[in-house]
Amino acid sequence: MTMLQSIVTIAVAAVCTFCTRLFPFALFGGKRQVPRVVLFLGNVLPPAIIATLIIYCLKSVNLLNFPSGIPELISIALVAALHLWKRNTLLSVGAGTICYMVLIQTVFA
Amino acid sequence: MKGSKTFRYAFSKSLPVMFGYLFLGSAFGVMLQQAGYNFIWAFFISLTVFAGSGQFLLVSLLSGGATLPMTAAMTLLINSRHIFYGLSFLERFKKTGRKYPYMIFSLTDETYSVLCSVKPEKDVDEGKAMFLIALFDHLYWIAGGVLGALLGQFLPIDFTGIDFSMTALFVVLFIEQWLDFKSHLPALTGLFVSLVFLLLLGPDNFILPSLLVTVTVLMACKNLVQKKMEEPSPAAEGPESQESKEEDVP
Repeated sequence: MTMLQSIVTIAVAAVCTFCTRLFPFALFGGKRQVPRVVLFLGNVLPPAIIATLIIYCLKSVNLLNFPSGIPELISIALVAALHLWKRNTLLSVGAGTICYMVLIQTVFA
Repeated sequence: MKGSKTFRYAFSKSLPVMFGYLFLGSAFGVMLQQAGYNFIWAFFISLTVFAGSGQFLLVSLLSGGATLPMTAAMTLLINSRHIFYGLSFLERFKKTGRKYPYMIFSLTDETYSVLCSVKPEKDVDEGKAMFLIALFDHLYWIAGGVLGALLGQFLPIDFTGIDFSMTALFVVLFIEQWLDFKSHLPALTGLFVSLVFLLLLGPDNFILPSLLVTVTVLMACKNLVQKKMEEPSPAAEGPESQESKEEDVP
């Protein structure tokens, strides 16, 4: 690609990414009254979307081949247990990540 | 005083994203540099696109010489999940005033999830806090991209697995939402539907159909969920249930 082609390609990617995020605001934003069902969805979607994002992060885990998602399972259990106990986001994320890195670099390498 | 409290609040909320973004961003920088684009390109791409999986796709589009329609189609498809994120912020982003367009632009998976956990707090300007969280996340992401492209493969420690910090963050935010919500139907629907679609459609195509079905199911269960959410909180019911237990004792 020439420099100009690269710049245009990046610009297209930037605009298209923005469009996906703009979509609901363009549809329901501004001064118009937001339909009740949309407000309802906005209220209840966060836990559903965050649950989907967890699965999205784990999509490449192969249960049939070694290590069969065991490092992920152990680390997620640690994150959940720590968070229910201490409610400290940084501690839960930090400890869980270090646990996972150690597991896949040593025990399950 | 309010300004500095808001700043601290926003920074502490954004901190868990920092590690993930620095390392995921630098993974992008390394890939981009290997495709023949230096750190200046990394800076501008992370500044203007600001999307994790979207930017990894962009590297392969750039090195593969993709046409513009193909670039547009692939980018729209990989980021299609974002069309649902704004629904939760239609009203709340208005509190950010002139930063409204930036808030929409910067609504990544991680910023969305963290913003969902922002609640009004004393001495914290909510609109400003939301803007600062988005801005901090953006800065981490840009810094990661530039560092990755500059340092390349010369990073001294083996960072394999650091991307798990994003998974861990989503698990934490999921728990927070779970404890916060009186109805667990939305969380369970999201979890169950995405698992089923992952198994049915495989890792590359499941997320959009999964979110569409989740939205449909939640709309169908609107009355059920709303009724549950309007119930008095379990804390208020606590003493009552204790009393009834005592009565059961012979």
